[in-house]
Amino acid sequence: MAVLQMQRINVCALKENRKAILERLQEFGAMEIDIRLGDGAEYELQDVAPSRAIFEKQAHMADHALEVLQEYVPEKTGMFASLEGKPLVDQETFNKAAVCQENYMEIARNVTSLEKQTAEKKASIQKLQDRIQALTPWLALPVPAEYGGTRHTACLIGTIAGNLKLDDVYALLAERTPETEAVDVQIIFTDKDYTYLAVTCLKTEARDVEDALRAGGFSRPAQAVRKVPSEYKKDLEELLEQETKELLNLQEEIAGYADRRQELRLVSDYYRIRADKYEILGKIPQTAKTFALSGYVPASRADDLIRELQETYGAMAETEPIGEEEDVPVVLKNNRFSESVEGVLTAFGLPGKGDIDPTFFTSIFYVFLFGLMLSDAAYGLIVSAVCGAALLKFPRMGENLRKSVQLFFWCGISTIVWGVLFGGYFGDVVDIVSETFFGKKVSIPAVWFVPLNEPMRMLIYSMLFGVIHLFTGLALKGYICLRDKRYVDFLCDCVLWFLLLLGLIGMLLPTELFAGIAGQQIVLPAAVVTASKWSAVAGAVGIVLMSGRGTKNIGVRLALGAYDLYNVTGWLSDVLSYSRLLALGLATGVIASVINQMGSMGGKSVVGVIVFVLVFIVGHTFNIGINLLGAYVHTCRLQYVEFFGKFYEGGGREFHPFHRETKYVDIKEEKELC
Amino acid sequence: MLSSISGNGWALLGAALAATLAGIGSAWGVGLAGQAASGVVTEDPSKFAKVLVIQLLPGTQGIYGLLVAFVTLSQFGLLGGNAAELPVETGLMVFAACLPIAIVGMISAYHQGKTAVAAIGIVAKKPDQFGKAMLFPAMVETYAILALLISILAVTSIRV
Repeated sequence: MAVLQMQRINVCALKENRKAILERLQEFGAMEIDIRLGDGAEYELQDVAPSRAIFEKQAHMADHALEVLQEYVPEKTGMFASLEGKPLVDQETFNKAAVCQENYMEIARNVTSLEKQTAEKKASIQKLQDRIQALTPWLALPVPAEYGGTRHTACLIGTIAGNLKLDDVYALLAERTPETEAVDVQIIFTDKDYTYLAVTCLKTEARDVEDALRAGGFSRPAQAVRKVPSEYKKDLEELLEQETKELLNLQEEIAGYADRRQELRLVSDYYRIRADKYEILGKIPQTAKTFALSGYVPASRADDLIRELQETYGAMAETEPIGEEEDVPVVLKNNRFSESVEGVLTAFGLPGKGDIDPTFFTSIFYVFLFGLMLSDAAYGLIVSAVCGAALLKFPRMGENLRKSVQLFFWCGISTIVWGVLFGGYFGDVVDIVSETFFGKKVSIPAVWFVPLNEPMRMLIYSMLFGVIHLFTGLALKGYICLRDKRYVDFLCDCVLWFLLLLGLIGMLLPTELFAGIAGQQIVLPAAVVTASKWSAVAGAVGIVLMSGRGTKNIGVRLALGAYDLYNVTGWLSDVLSYSRLLALGLATGVIASVINQMGSMGGKSVVGVIVFVLVFIVGHTFNIGINLLGAYVHTCRLQYVEFFGKFYEGGGREFHPFHRETKYVDIKEEKELC
Repeated sequence: MLSSISGNGWALLGAALAATLAGIGSAWGVGLAGQAASGVVTEDPSKFAKVLVIQLLPGTQGIYGLLVAFVTLSQFGLLGGNAAELPVETGLMVFAACLPIAIVGMISAYHQGKTAVAAIGIVAKKPDQFGKAMLFPAMVETYAILALLISILAVTSIRV
């Protein structure tokens, strides 16, 4: 339970060591570069934008080549690929990428250019196919489309709009050029939009005939070809075959690069890292001979870093105390159990200034409450087994993912415990199966009690757990006040509220109202009852008097105090909010029993068993899913709203160290942060 | 006409309303949120898991309604088909007990759906704020849970 102590380090070194130092820092991976530039003009910033753009382009090209490969030769990835994490490569292999970057980029360039050629080939194939398609109506024509005719005759070849019969064409000609005598019309082909014609006439009358035809919608083919259509088609088909073969060759050639993926990945990451380095390079102030940089390092590693910088690179390095106003980045450091809830905490906000790291308490309550909401031993076992197996099988999954899986593993364990306490195993599957298929009802008794049979009891316990959760929050607030030496705040905002709330609880317990809810009368010793009364009164009076202590005006101060006392209703609604523990717990159990009951409707027969198994698998999968979601959301809510509302603000800034940010591989020897 | 409804009739009516109204609300809410979620996924399919979680949030009311309906049916033996005839007064009590989750379930699911739409908007623009986005719809659900609580407590405390 801690936020890692940070330290600011300032470094000044000779320019000749600049590359080495930056690379070492990037490998070190635990320093957030944060440079505060003064107004002085003695330094200058290097313009790195062009080089960065080149590196980014190279990385992008390698990425693109990988995408192309994925398209032509898909790499088989398992269902759980996202759990596996990035493959580990050793430093040596990675260094090789730096040495052979040109060769590796050659691969990327080749793949990219092959892809371009493939695209062009595809386009030209498409074009050929279109042409063949366009030629089809003309296949019956025994002469080329641009055939002009013989010495005395002219031949008009073309299309006319509409699906026409021979008679229609003759009628058209007769109408338009009645004086023309010798015309021969042949219909080559008709489809529903056009009629394909070859019209032969005397050369002297050709103009009249053509005009007549044009008036009826005649037009010559757009592309006249010198060859006879059927021969031309053959040529085109040969060409098409050739092009298709070439396309296949190209695709095979691309596929041939499939085993060069690793090189592409390495070179892509290499350029990515280099682009990052140049980004930093552009930020650091430099003079003719020296450069300087500054940033945050976890205190535990600061000394090592400073020593190394001084000894290896002869740099000037020193720590600087962190100023009051500085917005220091936050790294959480927790034990192996508690760290699993860090993701939940980060989603709300990292500890800001003046906050404590609540991860430890959050983790305990999270697991406790989650189990209570899901509360089915079999479901818990499934969740834990799945998460445990994933953790064992994929030890290299990403850091955040691992924490989440770990969290669900623990929540599953907690669910098993609560399930056993409340007697939930797939709801009431044991009862139903034994009764339906074996004729004798067997049930596993609950170790504690069955919430569905005693919902009032469960409600009281839910609220009790809520009160404990909320009081922990209030106590943490008290701790923060004490830590910051704000003793008055501690007394007014924490102690007085404890007096009031505990007093009120003490007064409520022996009443008949409570007895009505709990089903049994609680008798407290008279001294306790009296003490509760006085404690409540003292708390209430104290709050009225002290809450408005910021204002001098007595009237305003009392009014503010009274308003603050009204917050008691806030506490009431906070506690009532924990009734969701009961509601969600019951929801899991009842839906599970609905599923079991539905399954058992097939009765005691072979079909019945099959129906039961099907309903069981589908139904319980659904129930686990929907209730996991519910438990996750509502546990988060109880933490964020009820618990954090008492003491935690969040708003801290995440630590973004300068490190080797890779996309495809992890480089070995990059030591764990902290 | 109402006086001719039997005790069992009232109880069944209550159970049916709990499942029906709460279910209508959830279908409504999940439908609204689903439209917004689809829009986000068209732009960025990688946000599928996140928006799906938020889309499902208004779905719980329907489950609560089902829960109350089922508890009612089994409590008064209406499931097995060999139910004893309830007095009309008891039937009316059961009916009343089912009303909170029926009414609050429907309306809260609708509003939770609208809030979920807005929350999906947060995820679309700032995916790292998922935790907070999820919380807004969850706030609306509180009242459905309170209604569920009263319905369950009331149904289970009615003696036959």
